[in-house]
Amino acid sequence: MSLRIIVLAKQVPDTRNVGKDAMKADGTVNRAALPAIFNPEDLNALEQALRLKDKYPGSTITLLTMGPSRAADVIREGLFRGADNGYLLTDRAFAGADTLATSYALSKAIEKIGDFDLIVCGRQAIDGDTDQVGPQVAEKLNIPQVTYAEDILGAANGLIKIKRRLERGVEVVEGAMPLVVTVNGSAPACRPRNARLIQKYKHAKTVTERQADDTDYTELFSARPYLNLPEWSVADVSADVVQCGLSGSPTKVKKIENVVFQAKEHRSVEPTDDDINGLMKELIENHTIG
Amino acid sequence: MIMKMNNLFVYCEIEDGIVADVSLELLTKGKSLAQQLGCKLEAIAIGSHLSGVEKQVFPYGVDKIHIFDDERLATYTSLPHTTILVKLFQKEAPQIALMGATCIGRDLGPRVSSALGSGLTADCTSLEIGDHEEKKENKIYKDLLYQIRPAFGGNIVATIINPECRPQMATVREGVMKKEVFSDQHIGEVVCHNVSEYVTEEDFAITVLDRHIEKSKCNIKGAQIVVAGGYGVGSKENFGLLQELAATIGGEVGASRAAVDAGFAEHERQIGQTGVTVRPKLYIACGISGQIQHIAGMQESSIIISVNNDPMAPINTIADYVITGTVEEVIPKMIKYYKKNSK
Repeated sequence: MSLRIIVLAKQVPDTRNVGKDAMKADGTVNRAALPAIFNPEDLNALEQALRLKDKYPGSTITLLTMGPSRAADVIREGLFRGADNGYLLTDRAFAGADTLATSYALSKAIEKIGDFDLIVCGRQAIDGDTDQVGPQVAEKLNIPQVTYAEDILGAANGLIKIKRRLERGVEVVEGAMPLVVTVNGSAPACRPRNARLIQKYKHAKTVTERQADDTDYTELFSARPYLNLPEWSVADVSADVVQCGLSGSPTKVKKIENVVFQAKEHRSVEPTDDDINGLMKELIENHTIG
Repeated sequence: MIMKMNNLFVYCEIEDGIVADVSLELLTKGKSLAQQLGCKLEAIAIGSHLSGVEKQVFPYGVDKIHIFDDERLATYTSLPHTTILVKLFQKEAPQIALMGATCIGRDLGPRVSSALGSGLTADCTSLEIGDHEEKKENKIYKDLLYQIRPAFGGNIVATIINPECRPQMATVREGVMKKEVFSDQHIGEVVCHNVSEYVTEEDFAITVLDRHIEKSKCNIKGAQIVVAGGYGVGSKENFGLLQELAATIGGEVGASRAAVDAGFAEHERQIGQTGVTVRPKLYIACGISGQIQHIAGMQESSIIISVNNDPMAPINTIADYVITGTVEEVIPKMIKYYKKNSK
């Protein structure tokens, strides 16, 4: 048995390493100052897909990402680790999308990719922390979803068995494919890049990237068509432009504020016996403790 | 013209017949929003063996509870709950729908919002009612739900609105809103729905084969005293000192994300935006620098003591007492004094 797997991945600003210059004076996020990375939980999802491919030879992994042209990095990262091909959904009309408009665009691209058995993606992206896109893609495609997956245990006879990690325990579920699986950060980390695959795919580029570059790739790309990373626009995936981007997003950002905490007056206490005893005495006397 | 009641709905999570705290917290918040809007508060209970469940929610001001009681709904799966909510919302046209930002709410909410084409904001830390003016179209929207949440890893706070689509949906984490009884005498209406009119066999596409709930070991949310450690505590061994202090003065141990990531403490003890929110009488922050994400989860504590060897640690700005020193020198002194002087 072999599986046709689609991995949804997102390029995100690394919000875990936010420096002082991450915010502009007007309070908006300075995306240029943040390194762009492969969304961490999408890497956990890719690893689950790669393990299925190891287990069921002949399986294929297709990466799908939406973003500006530099998001092609995500596809190359996936190819370096064992994915078979990938598509970049890129169009100005996709800009400003909330989760619903994003899910719509992704579902149209998935329809264009064609038949599949499984869609895997990270539970959430670290720039939004919403965990909404996985379930919404499933709804748009009218297929079931399994969220918070920690381990895809195996597939047989069209059924797939998945272990989920919940707040206070674990759950093992089974369902018929095709379905969408969102993978938790508690799942195994993704394997490193493979040196042979780096050699194979290091020149993989989108048309936009090739045009920005002076080198003439014509010969290379006609000899090795797998190096061409397809870019899809709204029209390419037959999407309704009104349902994409800002116009397709029911949620609007009314305002954005920098986080400022009200500074309080505080009392300094020295780490001496006297000072600490005094503090403890006070806390016991006013019934804060004891 | 909208002819429906346009009430405020809260989806109640139920485990072993008990309505989850997060749902009661949302009912409390929902009641105050509904009063502000002049609409009714309605609750939804989906599961099996639910008789009497209304008694748990009426004190929180529920005016009507919709009960969907069926053996097949004993364990939560996405599709039947989605189908029920989608059909119920299409009939009842709520203006606002709230659910917990839990493994269930975050599985269910997005799917329902996608099916209804309505907007959903995850993990709100505050919900308010307010107006919105769309200057370009010269349009004024009255009484929208302001869905306020941190974004970008807690570095900004965004106010999200859904001007056109209904219901306006939001999820909120456990512990963020306060649970408060509205009136012990309050009684609402009970509506038991026929589940078969809502779900079909295809909705049971996912089978739960095995499920074991591990009851939470710590009750950090309800603790009156929290002794929390950050990366600055330095080691798992030093976290032992915090445990000793917590055990001595009757508190629970908490941790920052950095301390959890470093393996000093278990994940369930994590306080902050991606962990639990606490508001104890006393919060002792040890070796915690005070990332915004952490402060968001503890700033409402009554008294905050910061123990940090960096006098410039950001957490000191919100602390009531600042002890500039190391955990190793300060904590044993506290333990010693308390042991000697408490009855």
